[in-house]
Amino acid sequence: MTSTNKDPILVVVQLTGGNDYINTVIPYQDPLYYDSRKRVSVTQEEVLPISDELAFNPALTAVKDLYDHGKVAVINGIGYPGPNRSHFRSMDIWHTCEPEKVGTEGWLGRAIRDLDPNAENVLTGVNFGRGLPRAMALTGVPVASVAVLETYGVLTGITGEQERIQALDLFSRMYSPIMGTGPVMDYLGSTGLDALKGADILKTVPAQYQSRIEYSDSIIGRNLQGIAKVLTANLGTRIFYTEQPGYDTHANQGPLHGILLDHLSHAINDFYEDLNEHDTADNVLIYLFTEFGRRVKDNGSGTDHGAGGLALAIGDPVTGGIYSEFPSMRPEDLEEGDLKYNIDFRGVYGTVAEKWLGLDAASIVGGKFEQLNFV
Amino acid sequence: MPETDKPLLAHLLRRAGFGATFQELDRYSQLRYEAVVDQLLHPELQPAIEEDVLERYYIDWKESRNIEGALTESVYRMNAYAGGRPLQEKIALFWHGVFATGLAKVLHEKTMLNQIDLFREQGLGNFRELLVGLAKDPAMIFWLDNNFNHKDAPNENWGRELLELFSLGVGMDGQENFTEGDVQSAARAFTGWTIDDDNVTSFPFGKLPWRFRYLPDDHDEEEKTFLGHTGNFNGEDIIDIIVEQPATARFISRHLYNFFVADDVQVPAWQHTPSGDPEAIKILEEEYFRSNYDIRSMLDVLFNSDFFKSDRVRFAKVKSPAEVVVGTLHLLGDFKFPKRGIFDVAMGCRYMGQDLLNPPSVEGWHTGEEWIDSGSLVERINFVADQVSDIHQPGVRAMVDALLDRTDELDPESVIDACLELMGHIRLHEKNKAHLTGEVRAMLAQRSALVAGSPEDRLFAENTVLHTMKMIGSSREYQFA
Repeated sequence: MTSTNKDPILVVVQLTGGNDYINTVIPYQDPLYYDSRKRVSVTQEEVLPISDELAFNPALTAVKDLYDHGKVAVINGIGYPGPNRSHFRSMDIWHTCEPEKVGTEGWLGRAIRDLDPNAENVLTGVNFGRGLPRAMALTGVPVASVAVLETYGVLTGITGEQERIQALDLFSRMYSPIMGTGPVMDYLGSTGLDALKGADILKTVPAQYQSRIEYSDSIIGRNLQGIAKVLTANLGTRIFYTEQPGYDTHANQGPLHGILLDHLSHAINDFYEDLNEHDTADNVLIYLFTEFGRRVKDNGSGTDHGAGGLALAIGDPVTGGIYSEFPSMRPEDLEEGDLKYNIDFRGVYGTVAEKWLGLDAASIVGGKFEQLNFV
Repeated sequence: MPETDKPLLAHLLRRAGFGATFQELDRYSQLRYEAVVDQLLHPELQPAIEEDVLERYYIDWKESRNIEGALTESVYRMNAYAGGRPLQEKIALFWHGVFATGLAKVLHEKTMLNQIDLFREQGLGNFRELLVGLAKDPAMIFWLDNNFNHKDAPNENWGRELLELFSLGVGMDGQENFTEGDVQSAARAFTGWTIDDDNVTSFPFGKLPWRFRYLPDDHDEEEKTFLGHTGNFNGEDIIDIIVEQPATARFISRHLYNFFVADDVQVPAWQHTPSGDPEAIKILEEEYFRSNYDIRSMLDVLFNSDFFKSDRVRFAKVKSPAEVVVGTLHLLGDFKFPKRGIFDVAMGCRYMGQDLLNPPSVEGWHTGEEWIDSGSLVERINFVADQVSDIHQPGVRAMVDALLDRTDELDPESVIDACLELMGHIRLHEKNKAHLTGEVRAMLAQRSALVAGSPEDRLFAENTVLHTMKMIGSSREYQFA
């Protein structure tokens, strides 16, 4: 099966809960690492070195393999000024690019709007999971949010074909805009109509998909496989989104964090192989982020909320390597016990928006920020 | 006594409960409005469901061993109590949203369900006592790592969320409500509040619920400064200071308003964005202090207030998934007694974006229009459409019969009006009513729908009513409480 659609595609994976940067990309030669992480650390014997200073967590073998093939950009010390240590608020900041005030528009919502200004394709943005991430939320921008691809559709309980056509016709009239009923009614109306349109298209997807790749069994694996099904169906989707929850490792971090990274690493690799099998690896960029890193000093069993985190860009379009410095762990360089960020996440989003998606970065991330060269 | 306004009662029951059937509204309308409120505020005076029957039919529930089992049990109970003790279940759902604790981490269903029982039993009581109960709740202790909060290694998770998410809120009127120093002091004051690990048993003895334990040796006895007070504070002292704060009155009042009256902006915006109804919030804040932090008193004021009865707030809330699922089951009269299939309907909550007992984070669920996206809306529509058109459901059968008993021959307008009334005095916008009228008229034109005619005529009349209810259940308007 050959892909004919070579528009650049972005797949965003959110690691929810605050992934522990320091134990994902490990400064394994720095004695300060072992001094700070007395109980929650990975030994020098276990790590997977990617340079003289840094190494991947041992659970990331598949990602390490991709790294060795030049497909992974490690973006060190990513953050924003005045780091917020609340999950919800910090995640909002990453979603909206608004560190100062509470924003409601998502950066990917703006990217989808710019990619498809007349909202001609209700599937330009597709989220796999329940609920719409704020990153994709923007009034007037349709996004399909798919929990389970195979059962997606409206009024599926009506079995008679003629009866269903008639019911869907009435449904579409009852969801059409009515002047003066307020923004929530309007929002429900447009969401219902978009769902109707998107469902009609997506119902054809599962039957088209064929692959020799067997995804490892995890939530993130299932969601990335769902993305692969839609992506390889060439429906014009440009931005995909999904999340892997569970990174809030205040306690018992050792085994928990390893399992999460193991699931993630295998799922990413399965997905990448699947894209290769469908000859579409060259136009897909995978971007992974989390709302914050975790405190430098462990708490005896896990790690508390911190700042300064990690992002990864993965795929054929990526120029692999290590970007930006790993922030200093010297006590005098820390900010309230946390790593100081050294690259603003809006610059990295800007890199993705401008160099990969070909969009104007400033309007998407709200200003001009230093960009990197990983694309 | 004149009959009490049924649309108003339907509004009250949608908010204080999961909606009311037409038979329930008939009964409530014989009471004064204030008496209905009073009855709702005292669920403990209404009969309990028979636990031994539940245990006989749903054998594994006693020992719920997975997230789905616990979710199913919760939905079953909400629905079973939706007629007799609706506010007991609604207040538990309210606090579960505020004090959001999740099985994704707790991984101990019985302990988690015990937390919900705390909300059922004390959720309408004194807020100070509720916070003390919460601080001692083993699921919460584990969820926010207070079992790892030690004298020599404080863990701030509980201390921070207690202030930020459970009582003061981040800020109000543009100001911050607490500092990082207050968080650290709160955390230190709760050192030694932990879980009794003697109670952790293994197979085959079952999973006993965890218990609270206070370890004085692990408690930080040093002086702490918290919100301007200094002393050797323990956890209850911190809660005493918290409940006196105007910020706490504001935070709880806004939460109650957002849940029971009308959708507000999302919680993190409260620091900078005032409530849409500051007068109402002020009334609730005053009652908070007047009643010495009594939630029942605050709700008594709320349900009896003009701002609650106002037409402006009718249908001004997007239903939560639990309200959609339980409200629909209650309307149908389904699962009022144990039977198979409860799992599949309960999972509807998860598919619509509210995985009960497993919120996305300690910040709970975003509410209002944020419940809705193209994925969750599809789940809602399909769930309701399939359920309300099932004639084998006792509630559906009762509505259809009640409607057909009123008339000899169907006409589109009266069918639609009667369906809207029987489904809980809900409203359709005039334009949508016109669209639906066109459809029903076209159906009725196909053949005679003489109710008292042949069995075929009767069946046709029934199917017309069922289709009408299905399309009302699929409407945008049905998504509002």
